[in-house]
Amino acid sequence: MNGASFHSVTLDPAKCKACTTCLRFCPTEAIRVRKGRAHIADERCVDCGECIRVCPNNAKKAVSDPLSAIEPFAVRVALPAPTLYGQFDERFSVDRILCGLLELGFTDVFEVAEAAELVSDAAAAWMARAGDGGPWLSSACPAVVKLLQVRFPSLLDRLAPIMSPMEAAARLVKERLYPGRDDVGVFFISPCAGKVTVSRYPQGLFESAVDGVIAIKDIYLPLRAALPGVTERPMRRATARGVAWAHIDGESDALAVPRAISVSGIADVIGVFEALENGKMKDVAFIEALACPAGCVGGPLTVENPYIARARIRSMEHRSAAALEPRFRAEELELSLEREVSARAGLALAPDMLKAMLLLEETELIAESLPGLDCGSCGAPSCRAFAEDVAKGDAVITDCIFKLRENLRKLGEELIGMEGPPPEQGAGR
Amino acid sequence: MKFRYEVSGEDMSLAGKASGEVKRALGRLGVSPAAIKRTAVCMYEAEMNMVIHGGGGVAEAELSPDRIVVTLRDSGPGIPDLELAMQEGYSTAPEWIREMGFGAGMGLPNMKRNSDELRIDSAPGSGTTVTIMVRFDPNEGPGA
Repeated sequence: MNGASFHSVTLDPAKCKACTTCLRFCPTEAIRVRKGRAHIADERCVDCGECIRVCPNNAKKAVSDPLSAIEPFAVRVALPAPTLYGQFDERFSVDRILCGLLELGFTDVFEVAEAAELVSDAAAAWMARAGDGGPWLSSACPAVVKLLQVRFPSLLDRLAPIMSPMEAAARLVKERLYPGRDDVGVFFISPCAGKVTVSRYPQGLFESAVDGVIAIKDIYLPLRAALPGVTERPMRRATARGVAWAHIDGESDALAVPRAISVSGIADVIGVFEALENGKMKDVAFIEALACPAGCVGGPLTVENPYIARARIRSMEHRSAAALEPRFRAEELELSLEREVSARAGLALAPDMLKAMLLLEETELIAESLPGLDCGSCGAPSCRAFAEDVAKGDAVITDCIFKLRENLRKLGEELIGMEGPPPEQGAGR
Repeated sequence: MKFRYEVSGEDMSLAGKASGEVKRALGRLGVSPAAIKRTAVCMYEAEMNMVIHGGGGVAEAELSPDRIVVTLRDSGPGIPDLELAMQEGYSTAPEWIREMGFGAGMGLPNMKRNSDELRIDSAPGSGTTVTIMVRFDPNEGPGA
């Protein structure tokens, strides 16, 4: 952990083979392969987890907390993301999964899906008050919010300023269920790498109420082992409306906003934001953008295939009403963000514009001389990104194998030229 | 510094590429988000017009530390009545364009609103040249 630039997504240098696969999948060009391993630029990384998904050597990983992190607390509350329900087949009901968490050492469970319903109500009410200024953007996906900060800062003022269901759930636990106690630990059971980062450095909030984030993939095996022996009892409070937040369309449906766009997968999210920045979406009221394919079910910390998980959750939505009564009403709660989510200058070539302009000019000249194959051999994601690196002095032109070959050929020709015609006898004496 | 892009009048799927490149360049310079957005809206509208009405052409962007000037030149049919074209809601776009969500007659008014200077030189038969100037506010850098 290194101050405000902490990221969940990190690299295991021992496993990285410098293969360059991750380079081209990074939406902010945050990765370079240098000196035999990948490096992630903190100021650009948005914790989307794309590199974790594509790394053939499992060298990219998300730092999260082990299950043992709950031990120091007397009251240990699990906040399962609704995505957890889709990791297990139909034999295991939501009530059974929630009871299973209690078997693993948690003393209480609060469904994030329950908070998602309250967040849906708060966001819908906020948009109704905001009127026609949209389209408004969901602030639920931490990678999308960071993508806005780094790559689309002009769209930040469109964020609906409502906290995420995870944060809402954690606050309800601490402020309403166990008020005034300092021995309560709240742990999010997460499909998402970005949530680890925002639990330490929250977006739009001064402090997170989440004490730790446990990856679904880490809790999967112990939970799976516990499930068959669990004594099931009614635990569910969330309805289909909150559970559906686990997949794309769930949030839009829960908000019941007409003219909503829902988009998942970071590349398609970028496409929608580009169009929005061009002023193209005047007839759209709300955009639900989720960085992972199919939504949170596609998170890098999950176990099950995203489409299978989504199908399971959808079939759950069709058959289940909540078992227990709702405890809270959104209009009685404070679910707004506490401060502005501001731009991050991660993509500028230099802090000073004149200097940046010189670097950009140099970049253009260098880019013109490159082959334009975007082969990645130099360790940069594209020829243009490499040209920027050379202009900034972070790389040398001969890191490009084509330029290296060109230079070697020239050098060879010069060497032959140096030999010249044999000197005449007595010349130079 | 200057950028030059050929804008195809044949392929609608490529429309917006030039303005996308300019947007990227402005981001690298650390131009304020608001100015990037205004430039993007203007240039994208103009580029679309060039593809839809002008049969393609050339877009040039000239960057200085305090402003960007974008010039888009086509040799299309030209605009017969510029004053009429500047009116909100006036459109000559064909139906298929409207179906794609364009052609609401907001393009030129929108460009005027988002630019600091907008100049349109056009006459029937001699093509259209659109010049857009957007000033950068030095007090609103990124993260400011």
